[in-house]
Amino acid sequence: MAGAVETTDEVASHLHPAGSFDVDDHPMPNGREEIWRFTPLRRLAGALDRQPTGAGAVDYRVEAPGEVAVASLAPGQAPRGTVLVPSDRAAAIASAETADALHVKVPAEVVVADPVAVTVQAGGGRSNGHVVLDVGPFAKVTLLLDHRGTGVHTANLEVVVGDGAEVTVVSVQDWDRDAVHLGQHEALVGRDASYRHIVVSLGGDVVRLNSNVRYAGTGGGADLYGLYFADAGQHLEHRLFVDHNAPHTRSHVDYKGALQGRDARTVWVGDVLIRKIAEQIETYEINRNLVLTDGAQADSVPNLEIETGEIVSAGHASATGRFDDEQLFYLQSRGITEEDARRLVVRGFFAGLLERIGIETVRDRLTEAIERRLAEVGV
Amino acid sequence: MSTLSIRDLQVSVNVGEGEDKQILHGVDLTINSGETHAIMGPNGSGKSTLAYSIAGHPKYTITGGSVTLDGEDVLEMSVDERARAGLFLAMQYPVEVPGVSVSNFLRTAKTAIDGEAPKLRTWMKDLKTAMSDLQMDPEFAQRNVNEGFSGGEKKRHEIMQLELLKPKMAILDETDSGLDIDALRVVSEGVNRAKTETGAGVLLITHYTRILRYIKPDFVHVFVAGRIVEEGGPELSERLEVEGYERYAAGAGAAKIGD
Ligand SMILES: Nc1ncnc2c1ncn2[C@@H]1O[C@H](COP(=O)(O)OP(=O)(O)OP(=O)(O)O)[C@@H](O)[C@H]1O
Ligand SMILES: [Mg+2]
Repeated sequence: MAGAVETTDEVASHLHPAGSFDVDDHPMPNGREEIWRFTPLRRLAGALDRQPTGAGAVDYRVEAPGEVAVASLAPGQAPRGTVLVPSDRAAAIASAETADALHVKVPAEVVVADPVAVTVQAGGGRSNGHVVLDVGPFAKVTLLLDHRGTGVHTANLEVVVGDGAEVTVVSVQDWDRDAVHLGQHEALVGRDASYRHIVVSLGGDVVRLNSNVRYAGTGGGADLYGLYFADAGQHLEHRLFVDHNAPHTRSHVDYKGALQGRDARTVWVGDVLIRKIAEQIETYEINRNLVLTDGAQADSVPNLEIETGEIVSAGHASATGRFDDEQLFYLQSRGITEEDARRLVVRGFFAGLLERIGIETVRDRLTEAIERRLAEVGV
Repeated sequence: MSTLSIRDLQVSVNVGEGEDKQILHGVDLTINSGETHAIMGPNGSGKSTLAYSIAGHPKYTITGGSVTLDGEDVLEMSVDERARAGLFLAMQYPVEVPGVSVSNFLRTAKTAIDGEAPKLRTWMKDLKTAMSDLQMDPEFAQRNVNEGFSGGEKKRHEIMQLELLKPKMAILDETDSGLDIDALRVVSEGVNRAKTETGAGVLLITHYTRILRYIKPDFVHVFVAGRIVEEGGPELSERLEVEGYERYAAGAGAAKIGD
C-alpha cells in the first residue's frame, strides 16, 4: 500500500501543525491554544498527564468473524504509525503508553458480512489504547468500537483503507456519566476506496474526538457522520479534519447534536483543506444543533481552506436551532403532550443518521444506546 | 352539536418588568357547530389575543370571564387538552419546528387527537388527498414543519391540518393574509370542505373582506380595541368594505355600541 500521495505543496493547514510521536513535542496546554480553546482542561482528570494504563483499567473484548485476523502491533511496527501521527498531547500519550496495539486485519478481497465488534470496557482509573484497522484492497468490513464503563481514557484508532476497499467504523461513546475520553481517529483512504466513520457520543463527562481523513490516491470517498446528545454538565467535542490531498476525492461530513440542561456543552470543529493538487474534488460539511433548554451551549465552527479553484463543489453549513416555547405551543395546540413534543423533536432530529447504518445489529445497538440515554435524561 | 361559549373574556399580556397590559376588555361570543363567525377588526385590536387565549398560549393571562366547550371549562385545560377536546387554531404566524417532518408531525397529532394511531393505509391515502386538494407538493411531507415554507405554504399547511384533525371548533387567525388570489381560493375551499364534512363551527378572524367572498359567514362581529363593537349578518362585512373601521375609532364608538 502506497503512502500518502506526493503533494507539491506540503503546507499544512494552520489549524493542523505537523504531528509527533514524542509526547514532549506536545506541551501541556494552557487552554489558549487554538486546538484546546474549547476544552475544559480542568476536568480532564489527568488525561494529559503521561501515565501507564492501570491494572484493570480497561478491557478490550474483540468479537471477529473467522476471516478477520486479530493480533497486536508494537510501536513502529507497520502498519502501526503509517497512518496516525499523534496530532495532540492526548493522542501522543495514548500511542506512547500502548505497547501492544490491537491489530484487526482484513485480507485483500475478503468481504466480512458481520461486524467486528471491539468493546472497550473501562473499569475506572487511567487507561490508554490504540487500535489499528488494516483493510486490504477490495475488502469490506464494519468495525463497531463500543466504549462503556468509566475512567480516564486516551485512545487512538488508525485505519488503513486499501484501494477499492469499503470500510465502516462506528464509534459509540456510551460511557458512564463521569468518564473522560480523548482520542484521535485517523484514516488513510485508498484509491477508489470508500470510508464511513460514524460517531455516536452520549455518555461521559468530557469526550473529545479528533476524526481525520486523508487520501492515498484518487477517487476515494469519505463520509463522516456524527450524532451527540449532551445533558447538563457534559462536554462533548468533535473535531474533524478532511485533508483533500488527492484529486477526484470526495468527502461528506454531517454531524447532528442535541443539548439540554445547565452547562451542557458541545463543540464541533469541521476543517476541510483542499490542497492545490486536489482538483475535481467534492466536499460538503454540515453541523446542526438543537438546543432544547436554556443554559446549554453549542459551538459550531466550520472551516474550509481552498487552495485550488478547480473543484467540482465545496460547501459548508452550520445551524443551531432552539426548541422553544413557541414550538412547544404549536405542537401542543395539535393535541400533542409536552412530553411527546420533546420526544418528537429530538427523535425526529436524530432519525436520519440511523437509517444510514446498514447492519441491523449495529443499528439496534445504537438505537438501544440512544433510547436508554434519552430515557435517563427524561426525553 | 357543539357550542363554544365565550363570556366576558378579559385578557392581559405581560409586557415585561412585571407590567401587564389589558388587551381584551370583555368579549362575549357563542359559536355553534356548522356556524361561521367572522371577526373583523383593525391591526392591534386584539384578534390574535382572543384566538391565542382560547387555544391557551402561555403568554396571555386570563383576568376574567370564561370559555367553555359544551359546558367544559376550556380555561382549566392545558394546551394539548384543548386540542383533544376539539379546538383547533390555524395560526396567523405558524411556527417552524426543526427536526420534525410534516408527515411525522401530522401522524403524531392525529394519534393524539383520536387517542389511537390511524390505520397506516387509510392514513397515507388521507394525507395524500389532503395535500393534493391543497395543491401542496408531496415532498412537503418530508420537509420539517414550516421550515423554509413560504407564507402561503404555511397557511395551506394549517388548513391541511384542519382537514386531517377534524376539530369541533376551528379558529382561523388571518388565514387569508399573505395569500395570492389563487391560494386564497384553494385555502377557502379547504375550509369549506372541512365544514361540510365535519360540521365544525368556524371563527374566522380577518382584516379584510376578501376571504368572505369564498367562505360565507353567518355572523359578522366587528372587533375594536379589545371588544366586539358591532354585530350583524354578512351585510355588515359589505358595509365595512366600503366604510372601513374609521367610524369605530377607538373610544368614541366602541363604548357606546359595545355596551
Ligand atoms: N408581548 C406583548 N407586549 C406588548 N404588547 C403586546 C404583546 N403582545 C400583544 N401586544 C399588544 O396587544 C395588542 C393586540 O395584539 P393582537 O396581536 O391580538 O392584535 P391583532 O388584532 O391580532 O392585530 P393584527 O391585525 O395586526 O394581527 C396590540 O396592541 C399588541 O401590540
Ligand atoms: Mg393578529
